[in-house]
Amino acid sequence: MLIFEHARKGRLNYSQSPTKPATKSKIPQNLLRKSPVLLPEVSEMDTVRHYTRLSQKNFSIDTEFYPLGSCTMKYNPRACNSLAMLPQFLSRHPLAPEDTGQGFLACLYELQEILKSVTGMAGVSLTPMAGAQGELIGVMMIRAYHEARGDFARTEIIVPDAAHGTNPATAVMCGFKVVEIATDKDGNVDLAALKAAVGPQTAGLMLTNPSTLGVFEKNVAEMSRVVHAAGGLLYYDGANLNAVLGKVKPGDMGFDVIHINLHKTFSTPHGGGGPGSAPVGVAERLLPFIPIPIVTKENDHYRWVTEQDKPQSIGRLSAHMGNAGVLLRAYIYVRLLGMNGMHRISEFATLNANYLMAELRKAGFEIAYPNRRASHEFIVTMKDIKDKTGVTAMNLAKRLLDKGYHAPTTYFPLLVPECLLIEPAETESKETLDAFVTSMKEILNEIESQPDMVKAAPHTMPVRKLDDVKAARELDLAWKPNT
Amino acid sequence: MPFIPHTEEDIAEMLASIGAKSIEELFDEIPKELVSGELTGVPPGLSELQITRLMMERANKDGFYQNFIGAGAYEHHIPAAVWQITTRGEFYSSYTPYQAEASQGTLQLLYEYQSMMASLTGMDVSNASMYDGATALAEAALMAVRSHKTSRKILIPQTVHPIYRQVVRAIVSNQKIEVVELPFCTECGQILPESLAKSNHEDFAALVIPQPNFFGVLEQVDALTDWAHSKNAFAIGVVNPTSLALLTPPGEWGSKGADIAVGEGQPLGIPLSSGGPYFGFMACKNDLVRQMPGRIIGRTTDLDGKEGFVLTLQAREQHIRRSKATSNICTNQGLMVTAATIYMSLIGPEGLRRIAAQSHANTQELIEQLEKISGVKRTFSGPTFHEAVLTLPKKTTDILNQLKQKGILGGLDLSTHYPELGNTLLVCATETKTAEDLHNYQQALRHILG
Repeated sequence: MLIFEHARKGRLNYSQSPTKPATKSKIPQNLLRKSPVLLPEVSEMDTVRHYTRLSQKNFSIDTEFYPLGSCTMKYNPRACNSLAMLPQFLSRHPLAPEDTGQGFLACLYELQEILKSVTGMAGVSLTPMAGAQGELIGVMMIRAYHEARGDFARTEIIVPDAAHGTNPATAVMCGFKVVEIATDKDGNVDLAALKAAVGPQTAGLMLTNPSTLGVFEKNVAEMSRVVHAAGGLLYYDGANLNAVLGKVKPGDMGFDVIHINLHKTFSTPHGGGGPGSAPVGVAERLLPFIPIPIVTKENDHYRWVTEQDKPQSIGRLSAHMGNAGVLLRAYIYVRLLGMNGMHRISEFATLNANYLMAELRKAGFEIAYPNRRASHEFIVTMKDIKDKTGVTAMNLAKRLLDKGYHAPTTYFPLLVPECLLIEPAETESKETLDAFVTSMKEILNEIESQPDMVKAAPHTMPVRKLDDVKAARELDLAWKPNT
Repeated sequence: MPFIPHTEEDIAEMLASIGAKSIEELFDEIPKELVSGELTGVPPGLSELQITRLMMERANKDGFYQNFIGAGAYEHHIPAAVWQITTRGEFYSSYTPYQAEASQGTLQLLYEYQSMMASLTGMDVSNASMYDGATALAEAALMAVRSHKTSRKILIPQTVHPIYRQVVRAIVSNQKIEVVELPFCTECGQILPESLAKSNHEDFAALVIPQPNFFGVLEQVDALTDWAHSKNAFAIGVVNPTSLALLTPPGEWGSKGADIAVGEGQPLGIPLSSGGPYFGFMACKNDLVRQMPGRIIGRTTDLDGKEGFVLTLQAREQHIRRSKATSNICTNQGLMVTAATIYMSLIGPEGLRRIAAQSHANTQELIEQLEKISGVKRTFSGPTFHEAVLTLPKKTTDILNQLKQKGILGGLDLSTHYPELGNTLLVCATETKTAEDLHNYQQALRHILG
């Protein structure tokens, strides 16, 4: 039932708006609205009940194991939320003077410094509001760097075929041509293909390391030499930083510009799809181009760095300071973990992934890269099972929902047929992983004994399999009265 | 170990299963020369008690002020239920609803959000939100250029929020799209429709129309929309969502209505919180829906014919289309939209109308009171919604500093973005201000100038 269907004409929550309608108006008649606003007229209690019930139709980290590969679904500490929502922080206007926000600015400044330290970069800007915006900003800086040197011939960005779809989409948004390079049989970027692809037209290479195949790119140092020798820059997509935090720094791997997904590695909430936050880090030579605002400290006073300080900056990419409240949550998280907590993240994320990979292999699942260590995630391929039984990776994913687990990422990366990308994250206990393996074994048995039941999954969710084709063909994107 | 549940016994059993001697061994594929040492730049960890004390100290340092700044971010009452429900773990800690059957809560809520925003803006469809108002405008400009076959120019009045203009420029310039700025009438604070005649000979993909504009002044939206359409350009409305309870929505501007409506969603239940996270909204007419970026939710049925909700039109998106996608965007501001949807449900159409009307009335009252002070006068003659520009007899920064000493943030000094206007102040009083608050502001300013 939609919220609109709980509504009755004339119902109003008297405590939530001015008691009497104001009469003083100087708005010209011709600018006044004549059509009704179709917001629902529901009581406060019915609203609370409706949205509480809707929430109960969601899987979430707080309620289920959520091994969604490439998304790093770790526990989001509650303290990060409650302390970021202290009333002084919530009520502060973004354009309020700096001296009324020294506490807030101190948190951002320290977060910048900590992120610089763990990534080995020379500068950090906290403005990007999502991973994809971090990428956009990073590639814009690559462009600005080349153009500032009078080099306008660099029109191509190289992207491995295993990359997230945002990488090529971002390069195009920045006006570049995308050159895709292949992956070898062990899951590494094909070095010969990279060498053949670089040249005076190369603006840069975008790389995720560990890659989306769940393995560490062993040749990263050589790749960095090849791209730099051709005059290009290296972009680090920080989607998988959780796997190597505190172990190896992107700056040490030779990357010139990076983004860090705070909603992954630094545990800020995913919120049903956002808000994310993806600070960018840069090497020395890209410092002049970094987006504003950033926070600086002078004589114990924090202030915004603006276009006056950074005339070559690529500019502003958000109306204010990115997703400021998300940045506070990340700050609180890093302070809770501290120096030793940083490398424990990658250690236990990697331990959990390798353990789960070993146990699933023993249970009879085929691992896509069996001769490699898992990073913080790994791939199971259902190709053989599909060939024998017709049961697909998506069928298994839906059956997992019935067992009380969120599904792994399916059909990404596109290189591995019938793939499940599984990322357990460091906050899960051994018992949870063991119980998951037990359920996976059960499904394997069900695939043998009752494949049609598995193909028709899920069976216990609020709805059964939904008709995507109908949704796209008979577009129904907004409720209208009497429909 | 914070947030890591493993016991020594667990670790030993897990390593045995893997066949590794130590956790360190699991990193043996990383070349030795790349391994970093201690993270000396990170301070030691704190307990929850310690970080609570630290954050309380910092919050107390920042304190509370009477706020009269608007300029794109507005203080409104937020019902307690909004954030109590929004921060339920099932909303707070879920991911993008890729597994539709396990995400019907988020998906239905987003469908309800889209329905509310489509009605509020008078458009046919809304997406599930963008990062913020400024990037929503930039994406609208890209969308207009994609849909317009001949022009790569966008006409933006200088009455549009100056930072929005900077963000648009930064994003669209990557695709060699030209931004042409349109000056305003310094008497009335509006774009004069007759001033567009100068642009008659040029081809534009779109005209951006703010309502109210950055100065709080109401534009002549009907004439501007019709001009854009007469030139075969799209009309993009940038609107304040609260104002739409009172003002003609973009979908009804002029004879055909604007084509795209965008804006900052923050006034709908999102706290000011130093600038974010907020959310941008974007709505459009049916014929542009396939060019719209961002997540879109559709209503459909399941195997039993029961109603359900899914992400739809994904063929536009980066994870399917890669380099041919309409945009690289792959998220919305989900949690913010959750709050906004609950806010709009609690407030309802009459509540929003009252909030808009009270904010308008309070600002009128404040301006009238302040104009009684010698040397203070309205800068522009145009009608306003809930914000207005005042010209002051002394340097604005000095006056604001003195007001701040009295606990009042008196508004935004416009001298950075509009130095040509002299000593001016952009001031806003929403429904959160009482008659006493307005009087106190007047007394404080009178004292400073007296």
